[in-house]
Amino acid sequence: MKELKILGVIIFFTLVTYWGVEPLAHSIFHPHVEPADFEFSDLPPVQGKGEVATGKELVVANCTGCHSIKSQGYPAPLDNASANASYGVVPPDLSTAGKIYNENFLANFIKNPAHATKTEHKFVGGKVHPMPSFNWMSDNDIASIIAYLKFIAPKEMTNREVFVDACGRCHNMKYAKIKATSDVSNYMGSTPPDLSMMIRSRGEHYLTTFINDPQKHLHGTAMPRVGLTQEAEEQVIAFLEEIGDSKKEEREALAPYVLGFLVFMAIISLLWKKEVWSEVE
Amino acid sequence: MAKFEKANSVGEWLDQRLNIKMLNRVLMTEYWIPKDINFLWAMGMVLAFTFSMLLISGIFLLMYYKPDVNMAFDSVNYTIMQEVAYGWLFRHIHGVGASVVFLIIYIHMFTGIYYGSYKRGREMIWLSGMLLFVLFSAEAFSGYMLPWGQMSYWAAYVITNIFGGIPFIGDELVVWIRGNFYVADSTLTRFFMLHVLLIPLAILGAIGLHFYSLRIPHVNNQKGEEIDFEEESGKYLAGRKKQSKVIPFWPVFIAKDVFVLSIFLVFFFYLVFYHYDFAMDPVNFDPANGLKTPPHIYPEWYFLWSYEVLRGFFFDIGPMKASDIGLAAFGFAQIIFALLPWLDRSPTVAPANQRPYFRCWFWTMMVVLVILTIFGKLPPTGTNAWVGFFSSITFILLFLILPVVTKAEAKKVASNKEGE
Repeated sequence: MKELKILGVIIFFTLVTYWGVEPLAHSIFHPHVEPADFEFSDLPPVQGKGEVATGKELVVANCTGCHSIKSQGYPAPLDNASANASYGVVPPDLSTAGKIYNENFLANFIKNPAHATKTEHKFVGGKVHPMPSFNWMSDNDIASIIAYLKFIAPKEMTNREVFVDACGRCHNMKYAKIKATSDVSNYMGSTPPDLSMMIRSRGEHYLTTFINDPQKHLHGTAMPRVGLTQEAEEQVIAFLEEIGDSKKEEREALAPYVLGFLVFMAIISLLWKKEVWSEVE
Repeated sequence: MAKFEKANSVGEWLDQRLNIKMLNRVLMTEYWIPKDINFLWAMGMVLAFTFSMLLISGIFLLMYYKPDVNMAFDSVNYTIMQEVAYGWLFRHIHGVGASVVFLIIYIHMFTGIYYGSYKRGREMIWLSGMLLFVLFSAEAFSGYMLPWGQMSYWAAYVITNIFGGIPFIGDELVVWIRGNFYVADSTLTRFFMLHVLLIPLAILGAIGLHFYSLRIPHVNNQKGEEIDFEEESGKYLAGRKKQSKVIPFWPVFIAKDVFVLSIFLVFFFYLVFYHYDFAMDPVNFDPANGLKTPPHIYPEWYFLWSYEVLRGFFFDIGPMKASDIGLAAFGFAQIIFALLPWLDRSPTVAPANQRPYFRCWFWTMMVVLVILTIFGKLPPTGTNAWVGFFSSITFILLFLILPVVTKAEAKKVASNKEGE
């Protein structure tokens, strides 16, 4: 009984200290932010009537001058190095855009890229977003472009494919042997970090809101909001985990055996203790 | 030369040459421990075991770790964590072990303070223990640098910078410690050497000293009672085991230790598998970048109380600069626990709760240390800075008044006895 009281005192002091240096400190370092908004409800809805065939014509006329759509046989007009030098970033291939990006985000992005990505603060004093605004287009035309992009998008993508299309133009991921296609250090003001260990350094909880809207956690960051759908973001995070915490499954599979053995050992040692001490007490 | 007869068994053969029967009696079956103890008396063995786990996991990590600023981070986070079979397990045991070993050290240390186990001939136990605390601190600090993450780098930067405050030689000392003008490859390599060779050697030596220092004054007991070990062990050997106030190390003491150790290991491996972030700070999974200062720099939890004493003095007082006062207070905090046997002027050896004044002193100290620890991590702004200031002052005052408090207590106890 007395020993349990002592244990209680120790647990109390340990828990108070733990509460102070972990949950309390973290709540101050990372103030609470609103949960991820996969509807991107701050952007006005674009309610046009879209047609795939019109969309195709518009894309060929307006987009393929800079963007490749390899799945449809439109090659990139420039190689990566030249594109990077001309635009500051390699324009993304559009084959999967209809799959991984939220459609309303995409519509708003086409109208005004800096606004949709929340990077207007980076394009002041004569600097302009490498993608021009198509705000002169009618909502119906934009809806047609989206309809076409969705029409050509693949139904299924692997986690890695989503990651490469969503993050791989700017970010390296050394442990997955993924090298950024662009060097955006000039236009962003800093080199985007390697993402190999992000799952351990930021954790799933932080990443969920951060990828959805980087400004929430890092106000003023150069990282654009990329407008991933919930499914695409979950695939990105799953990929970060596959690479940065590749032994998670092994860890969780081994744990019950080790803990089970130790509980067994505790029972055996309690019996031994009782037997030995019965002689002296 | 001694005359050797033919041995009839391996045991006898060894006994002829190594005197193992005698050794077994001296170290195990006739090494006497008081019977009146609780589970806190098992912390020594828990520490010894945790240190062994650190040593063994460390040896495995050492086979793949590369002490070079260009390779260190990847050798830990890629090679060890992802490529080597069960490398992650060794790293988690090592990382969690480094943190948990301090929890146990603190429990062990405050057990000693609570029961007055640093007095009446036990001063060398206390001093060798405090030496171990210093060595473990150095070991933890040097080890934290090795993964070469953001906090490795910036903690190394901040902590080595502290030495710059030492009068006259400060600036040169910092360069001498770092081996460069900034925290660089030379710093990493020398702290690697300290972590895997020099400090572990010193720790092994100090553990030997710590165990040896127990032999003459013996282990304390729950009541602080003076036991005649000759007489009590005589009773035990004569078969009056229940009357004897002592028990042998083997098997009686160790039986209880193993049980406590098993419970501890369940808790320890739960942390290793499921709850390791508190010990392996996520920030340190960002590679070191000398151009990008993290928004919050803090040491691991076990250093926070003394870190808070260092930065608690945040304003200049007269001609003294804030940083110099903080450094002096930090120096005070580092050595003052070691002087406890001489600051406690009361001859009473008893649990703190049975000592009228020391009881208040002990629990106040515990609360102050918890406050210092918590505020050591929070940003030192606004009210936080003042809480840090006042708790640092309280910490120092508690030690300054300890001789007075304990002397008054001794007087009170003496007069109470006369009154009886």
